[in-house]
Amino acid sequence: METEFGVWSVVIAVLGGAIRVGTPFIFVSLGECLTEKSGRINLGLEGNLVMGAMVAYATSYYSGSAWLGVLAAGASGLVLGLIHALLCQSPKVNDIALGIALMLFGTGLAFFLGKPFIQPQAPRLPSLELGAWSDSPVIAAALNINALFFVGVAAVFLVHWLLQHARFGLRLRVVGESANAALALGIQVNRVRLMATMAGGFLASVGGSYLSLYYPGSWSEGLSSGQGLMAVVLVIFARWNPVHCLYASLLFGGAAALGPALQSVGVTSGYYLFNAAPYVLTLAIMIYTSSARRKLAGMPAEFTQ
Amino acid sequence: MGKPVETVIITVAALLASALLVALFIAFTGNNPLDVFYTIYRGAFGSSFSWQNTLVRAAPLMLAALCTVIPARLGLIVIGGEGAIVVGGLTAALTGIALSDSGPWIVIPAMLIVGMLAGGVLVGTAGALKYYRGVNETISSLLLNYISIAVLMFLVVGPLKDPATLNKPSTFSIGDANMLGSIGDSSVHWGLAFGVATCVLLWFVVRHTTAGFAGDVVGGNARAAKLVGLPVGPLVVAACAVGGAAAAIAGVIEVAAVHGRANGSLNAGYGYAGILVAFLARQNPLAVIPFAILLGGIRASGGLLQRVHDLPDATVLVIQGIIFVTILASDLFYGRFQWRPAVVPASVATPTTTQPAQ
Repeated sequence: METEFGVWSVVIAVLGGAIRVGTPFIFVSLGECLTEKSGRINLGLEGNLVMGAMVAYATSYYSGSAWLGVLAAGASGLVLGLIHALLCQSPKVNDIALGIALMLFGTGLAFFLGKPFIQPQAPRLPSLELGAWSDSPVIAAALNINALFFVGVAAVFLVHWLLQHARFGLRLRVVGESANAALALGIQVNRVRLMATMAGGFLASVGGSYLSLYYPGSWSEGLSSGQGLMAVVLVIFARWNPVHCLYASLLFGGAAALGPALQSVGVTSGYYLFNAAPYVLTLAIMIYTSSARRKLAGMPAEFTQ
Repeated sequence: MGKPVETVIITVAALLASALLVALFIAFTGNNPLDVFYTIYRGAFGSSFSWQNTLVRAAPLMLAALCTVIPARLGLIVIGGEGAIVVGGLTAALTGIALSDSGPWIVIPAMLIVGMLAGGVLVGTAGALKYYRGVNETISSLLLNYISIAVLMFLVVGPLKDPATLNKPSTFSIGDANMLGSIGDSSVHWGLAFGVATCVLLWFVVRHTTAGFAGDVVGGNARAAKLVGLPVGPLVVAACAVGGAAAAIAGVIEVAAVHGRANGSLNAGYGYAGILVAFLARQNPLAVIPFAILLGGIRASGGLLQRVHDLPDATVLVIQGIIFVTILASDLFYGRFQWRPAVVPASVATPTTTQPAQ
């Protein structure tokens, strides 16, 4: 590869990669954040992500509209979220185990239904070429930003505003902090959690549509590298704050882009270790910030039960 | 109703319900559900050849399931089976390579010991982090899976690669003389014996020893366990370590009996399917055996389903997912059925609809 910037090309590639690789992280972590704020954990967003990717690609292929694909992906996420929320209404059903089950179900169903779409080309999502002013292909590539990224950023601030100021957001937080207090206020706990889980599922599946419709940009069974599972980790990293979810997603996207960026300038050894960097980082942060005696700062209190 | 009876009835009902859902799904794809079920039966249990296929798959599932089962008895949800399989197989391969001239009677036990130690340390770490630092064990074991897989791939592609393995980067071989053979004339390797023996042994520990009882007390109420003086911390770490060591055996067997080297095939998803087996068996080590065989059979029938009905190999994943969701949903029905009217204390007889759902 042309190294007109030397080491800087790695930095630029990582910054561009932070946005390109980090965009699906924004959606899944925001979705998980919303669900967890209501006091429930959905470990199955990986299923939503893969399902969303398949549905988006298939819809885009048949309809010719990538944006319709994004919406269809979201709808599939609503359904998976609905299943999770309905079954978890009973305290007898374990929400973590059900998340793993729905993850296996979602990915299995997506692989099954997605078989015919591995070959054909579907219309992709448009991107904004913000780097058109530059003659350098490195900068132009880094600033070629997909429209869905801006949708994701908008969604982050919308959810943040919703949680801070809107009536529904306040109710959702009460449910997450104390189901008993919410009941005393006459809030229907299960209904709020149902809506939060469905909305979370919607967002996660939209994140999946980015994978198949923009980057890597086609449907295949190896499409996801566990971004959906990382959602749970990102939310802990972001301390249940939607805006911090955005920063965390970009950071993890950048970390994930580091391996390929180094590979492109000839540093090939340790590729897999660089890929593991986000996981090691998260584990270290969890160990450092956790305590056996108190809950994590920012964690919804209902969550510890 | 007695608890074991209730468990059997609800589990069977849930399996029937999932069969119905699978039938609907198959009908939706334009196939005859009964034909497909018969094909699954043929592919899983129809001949001695398919039985062998099934049992080869069931062995790692049993061991991987124990990684979730044993910690679950203490109230932890550990999903680190995949990572334990990977580090177990990797360290076993390194041991086998280092000792390859010592003959199988030294190599195989050494591989087992080292592999189990590695898996035990890995998952035991998740238990220690849970108890001493309050780190969620589900998340940390998941992260440890990813880190283990990355370390495996780094080593087999980089420093430990046998240059002769081009298509599938692997470590050097432990030597054909050191390989673990098959049981009798069958193609079923000795991993099955290890799987069944470990399940029975751990069932005995859980049900008939004080350590097992202490673990169940911790699972029932950790605070009460502490108040009666049980060493909750060491018990939590030990349970996770035992689970990790059990799953690591699966990795050791994959290297010692199947591949002869460590490579990416160690990361074959047995760890995640093992979680399903654990929940199907309702965290009972003995019940793990039949459910691992059932699931191994379904997975073994994938090839035949593809040939006979032109169904993609992902069909078994869908079936697996439907069973998993249905089994978990069946938890709703525990305690709902009573043979005789239960004696309801007056204080509970008032409406309980205000109970918060967690």
